[in-house]
Amino acid sequence: MSAINAIEVSHLTKKFGQKTVVDDISFNVRQGEVFGLLGPNGAGKTTTLRMMTTLLKADAGHVKIFGHDTVKEGRLARSMFGLTGQYASVDEDISARENLMIFSRLNGLSRQDAKQRTTELLTEFSLENSADKALKNFSGGMRRRLDLAVSLITRPTLIFLDEPTTGLDPRTRTQMWETIRKLVKQGSTVILTTQYLDEADQLADNLAIIDHGKVVKMGTPAELKQQVGGTKLNFTVGQATQVSAAVKLLTAKVPNTIQRTGQRLSVRLNQVTDLTPILAALKQAKIAIDHLSVQEPSLDDVFMDLTVGKN
Amino acid sequence: MDVKMHGGNVIMNTATMAYRNLLKTVHNPDNFMDVVIQPVLFMLMFGYLFGGAIAGGVQAYLPTIVPGILIQTMLSAGSGSGAQIREDLDSGVFDRFKSLPMAHIAPLAGQLFADSLRLLIATITSLTTGYLMGWRPAVGFGWVVAIGLLAIFTGWALSWIFALLGLLAKSAGAVQSASLMTMLVLSFMSNAFVPLHSLTKPLRFVAHLNPVTYVITAIRQILATGSWTHEALLVLVFDVAVVAVFAPLAVWAYDRN
Repeated sequence: MSAINAIEVSHLTKKFGQKTVVDDISFNVRQGEVFGLLGPNGAGKTTTLRMMTTLLKADAGHVKIFGHDTVKEGRLARSMFGLTGQYASVDEDISARENLMIFSRLNGLSRQDAKQRTTELLTEFSLENSADKALKNFSGGMRRRLDLAVSLITRPTLIFLDEPTTGLDPRTRTQMWETIRKLVKQGSTVILTTQYLDEADQLADNLAIIDHGKVVKMGTPAELKQQVGGTKLNFTVGQATQVSAAVKLLTAKVPNTIQRTGQRLSVRLNQVTDLTPILAALKQAKIAIDHLSVQEPSLDDVFMDLTVGKN
Repeated sequence: MDVKMHGGNVIMNTATMAYRNLLKTVHNPDNFMDVVIQPVLFMLMFGYLFGGAIAGGVQAYLPTIVPGILIQTMLSAGSGSGAQIREDLDSGVFDRFKSLPMAHIAPLAGQLFADSLRLLIATITSLTTGYLMGWRPAVGFGWVVAIGLLAIFTGWALSWIFALLGLLAKSAGAVQSASLMTMLVLSFMSNAFVPLHSLTKPLRFVAHLNPVTYVITAIRQILATGSWTHEALLVLVFDVAVVAVFAPLAVWAYDRN
């Protein structure tokens, strides 16, 4: 891999009226990685992506794609990536094959090459059987697949995916993840926005958590999870009168803050082996518990920690 | 690193975009309704309803109404561009067009070239309906083709205005109603259906300001005299000016969108 970054974003800023939607965002994306922009609705993910893909002009800052400035060398930069927008950006009124043909031609392929690429992509995305049907009859998943196929016509080494699985059912979502992993295996760099933590966890090598237009945290999913700490224990105390006794008992066993919601208690464990003594102590104190669960740390916790109370 | 550079041939891109718009129309034949049914319906309705009252008979009214309906149809077909463009912009497919390394004017130009086919169909339908109702222009077929082309070019020039409207408007619905209103006002407040001397003074003043009046007058003159008149030249210059002003504006609005 050459040293050049796939994307360099520096001090990117965008205001809509008085509202600063993207506020001085900077990050780099290395070649061959999956980079996730994670954040709640309205955090500025899509706006950032639109600026990176030359669809929106930044008020300040700049974006370089493989070293080429997206403003000064817009056309060159545009030739280097594929984009799959949040809303399926394909033509509803024409068939899948016609969509692929037209976008191939617009990408500068000859009629012959366009035909061949269309056939390849239809096969690759399992759309041959519906290739000539109107898109109106397509399911959400098929539409997304076609959308992604269109973005891949020129075999771009850099692919932007704006919320690629929003609105898809679990099975189609898993299929989409598989497709994305395959692209990465073939050497593509993928940058995706998502509001789903499990998606970021599943796919991304590096993450930037965005909230209110700012990058609040950056790192690998593992790093981010580590920051939040270990396993989480949750349970409900059977009798309301015993809650404070249970809290006292937990305080003695683990040094972490105990969260209390009614009769429901949760606490972070430093190691899983802490669990047995706690349960034993509860039993000894004759405190009956219910709905016990032990959770591995998830990006949810990171997300909640970093964005909670702000939105 | 395998990064392909793609040639951005404006003409090729435009041709592909025009092909796309034609495909859309072919898949949705409803899109042809306004250019096929409307002129037939209006020609029959206006001809048989008002022919007697205005000109003393359908035959006598035809030389007045054929150019009138022709231009009205051009206006309504041309005004469709705006709503179509707005719909495209809202569908998200334009985002992809804009992210492609192709000429920026191509999506617009493609739309407008596809529209000229609609204008051609509308022209043929209007003139054929007139012919079937008994309209027999005294001049040669060549002049009929000439006025057809003049009408199409006028409709095409106007569609750039509606395209700009579509690019600036909030929704396709808004464009549609604004376009319909404009079409109705422009076509009725002119000499399309009634002789100007029958109008009240203020109305006549308005009709004289209305460019549609000049286009219709030019077409009637050509059909009456079999020669290229001063008015026709004026219309041609006006059309070229409209394109020269509104095409760059539309491209600007497109880039801004």
